[in-house]
Amino acid sequence: MTVASNKRVGAYHQIILSVGDIVKNCRPGNFVAIKVGADSSRMILRRAFAISRTSESAQYGGTMELIVAPHGAGSRWLCSQAEGSEIDIVTPLGTSFGIPTQAINALLIGGGYGSAPLFGLADLLKSRGCKVDMLLGASVGSKIYAPMEGKRSVNSLKIYTEDGSMGETGRVTQNLLDIVRDRNIDVIYSCGPMAMLAAITEIVAETDVVHQCAVEESMACGIGICMTCVLPVKNEDGVTSMVRSCIDGPVMDGSHVRWDLVGKLPEVAP
Amino acid sequence: MSMPVDMSTTLGNAWFPTPIFTASGCASSGKELAQFFPLNSIGAVVTKSVMTKPRHGRPTPRMAETASGMLNSIGLQGPGIESFLANDVPWLLGQKARVIVSIAGETVEEYATLARKLRSISGISAVEVNISCPNVENRGLVFACDSDASRRVIDGVRKTIGGEIPIIAKLSPDVTDLPAIARGVVEAGADALALINTVLGMVISSDSMKPQLAGKTGGLSGPAIKPIAVRAIYQVHAALPKIPILGMGGVATGRDAFELILAGASGVSVGTASFGNPTALIDIQNELRELLAAKGFVTMQAAIGYAHREETL
Repeated sequence: MTVASNKRVGAYHQIILSVGDIVKNCRPGNFVAIKVGADSSRMILRRAFAISRTSESAQYGGTMELIVAPHGAGSRWLCSQAEGSEIDIVTPLGTSFGIPTQAINALLIGGGYGSAPLFGLADLLKSRGCKVDMLLGASVGSKIYAPMEGKRSVNSLKIYTEDGSMGETGRVTQNLLDIVRDRNIDVIYSCGPMAMLAAITEIVAETDVVHQCAVEESMACGIGICMTCVLPVKNEDGVTSMVRSCIDGPVMDGSHVRWDLVGKLPEVAP
Repeated sequence: MSMPVDMSTTLGNAWFPTPIFTASGCASSGKELAQFFPLNSIGAVVTKSVMTKPRHGRPTPRMAETASGMLNSIGLQGPGIESFLANDVPWLLGQKARVIVSIAGETVEEYATLARKLRSISGISAVEVNISCPNVENRGLVFACDSDASRRVIDGVRKTIGGEIPIIAKLSPDVTDLPAIARGVVEAGADALALINTVLGMVISSDSMKPQLAGKTGGLSGPAIKPIAVRAIYQVHAALPKIPILGMGGVATGRDAFELILAGASGVSVGTASFGNPTALIDIQNELRELLAAKGFVTMQAAIGYAHREETL
């Protein structure tokens, strides 16, 4: 696969890959596993990135957009790849956001670059007649990812930063219950840090709102064989087990995740 | 045009069409890799070590990438032997895959119990007795670090299932005298040896200034440990030239697999390489076949232990 473009956007890089017909199988929430470094790289594991959005055009064929924060050695390598570079990818991987069959009121909540997959999701929800509101939060304004074209696919967009450098000062969760009630929200779709996902789950626990969240857990393989990316998740019978976030996620029902047990083990033996 | 290389191999009385196998713990029970290639196109699927009861394993973080390698601390998460034999093994056999079941226990008795359960179903090619998993709560439970404990485990398994299917003892490189441990388990009834399990390691985060893994220590795998695997296989093959070895440790290319075979391996398991490349087994198998042909080998088996020999091809 080829890098079609690579642009810096605030604290992130917007990377577009030419991937051909693979885009036909990609759904909002799916991720891509990318080999980083050259063949002799000492980084042996792929890096997982949420697919921000996909598109198909006569000129470029199928393309896939990624929003990458150049934090570690792997993401820095990816962000340094110039247009025309060849990239080895495995995709689409993981579960996708559930799309309602009826026109519902959806609230999309993104933390940091967790907003990336939400814009592609917003397009799809909008095309199904849903009302789409969006809340984005980050520590500072430069870490808010909200492209101009993305804003067109939402009915409203509210931004929060912890230092007040953009939008309202504070966090996306601060008036969440009021927003959910005032706007008759049916489904929350979220993506961002685990603490944010856990907080949203807790806030809407007593409501009828469905919370679909895309989790972020470090993974070695992305295809279900290494067992490193597990999360404590309870099933219909209330039994908690360690579930792979790469194949049973990244999109999960927030109310099924035992956020209190992340980094611990279920109390009861399996 | 030259003749195609005969890739077949044997471990004890079990025959395999190619010497490239999955590595236990790096392929789950095969279903996930079956999306990328037919499981009957490789030598065998070595399943993730299974215990008598279902297990959660260790808490997260369970993984830390290192230079040319990674640490894992999974802690034998699994469904337990009953569910495994009822669901996973029949599915694998239905795929016409050859299956080597890996078992792990906390006591000598647990290994014997697991081996007894394996007798209830037919079609399994061999049993791998994992006495060297580093991710158990008590490092004292790593049987393969103690010669007497290793013998007792293999002796118990032999009494239960010996002579029916080959018993492969999986050993740890974290010992002072590996040939002595190997000799002990062979005397106790192991038909073959699996070398090497991961090497115990640790990563300390410079952010938290604490061990990065929840389990503190983890097993190091990947290309970083390949020279240790080559050394271990070479040493043990020199000491016990008649005992087949299933080699593993950092194999990522056909050349790596060839190196382990030259050191004395009859078969080669591919583990961590599948994490970065889901078709690694097929790529490695093809590269190995070409490399053997290029070096003039008509059979893979003629290359086993070649590095020890005086002759030149």
